[in-house]
Amino acid sequence: MIVKAQLFASFREAVGSSAIDLELGDPPTVSELLVSLRRAYPEVGPTIGSAMVAVNLEYVGPEFRLSESDKVAIIPPVSGGGVA
Amino acid sequence: VTFKIVNGPIDVTALVAEVRSDYDGAVCTFQGVARRYSRGREVVHLEYEAYPEMAERKMAQIADEIRAKFGVDRVAMRHRTGVLQIGEASVVIAVASPHRNEAFAACLYGIDRLKQTVPIWKKEVWSDGEQWIGWEHEVSSSEFGVRSSS
Repeated sequence: MIVKAQLFASFREAVGSSAIDLELGDPPTVSELLVSLRRAYPEVGPTIGSAMVAVNLEYVGPEFRLSESDKVAIIPPVSGGGVA
Repeated sequence: VTFKIVNGPIDVTALVAEVRSDYDGAVCTFQGVARRYSRGREVVHLEYEAYPEMAERKMAQIADEIRAKFGVDRVAMRHRTGVLQIGEASVVIAVASPHRNEAFAACLYGIDRLKQTVPIWKKEVWSDGEQWIGWEHEVSSSEFGVRSSS
């Protein structure tokens, strides 16, 4: 199954693209997605380990199983204690 | 009331007008503003990037939490993306309620939750480099995220 994942911020810059396609087993879990992503795009670096994954605009856990039509996004840690 | 990711300056007066009603004796606003100094470095400008559809959905969910916790239903939020100069607001939250305590509490809760759950990222650009913020507790800047700006 091909999963298309949106990338943002540091991951988007590291990979040089705002979306990637990954070939995964059927049906893949979120943790399998992250392992394949790191293998296919090692330039994302070790911080991919602290990324969150969103499916259809909601955060999901590592055991979540992806379906063909899911809208998948890799979410780097959000900006946190910066502005105030 | 409305929750939007915007590309240009945020109109605070318009946001206050959006939440205020004749039942309200208190309007509380919070502005997150780009500052010159961060962690001992001088910032040239900031860049914000969002996942807009999800960010707007998450902001609306925070307003639902505010309604449940504080009984306040007049809340509006804006977050800006793109390049911000020092002194410009990146985020504005406006809350209106009959009395001030709930307005202050809801506004503080709103910005705290926004920073935890809303997918928006900040890049600090310095005269000699840049970094996406959010990583500094995991790895040192020399390992990830810092590169020469030219």
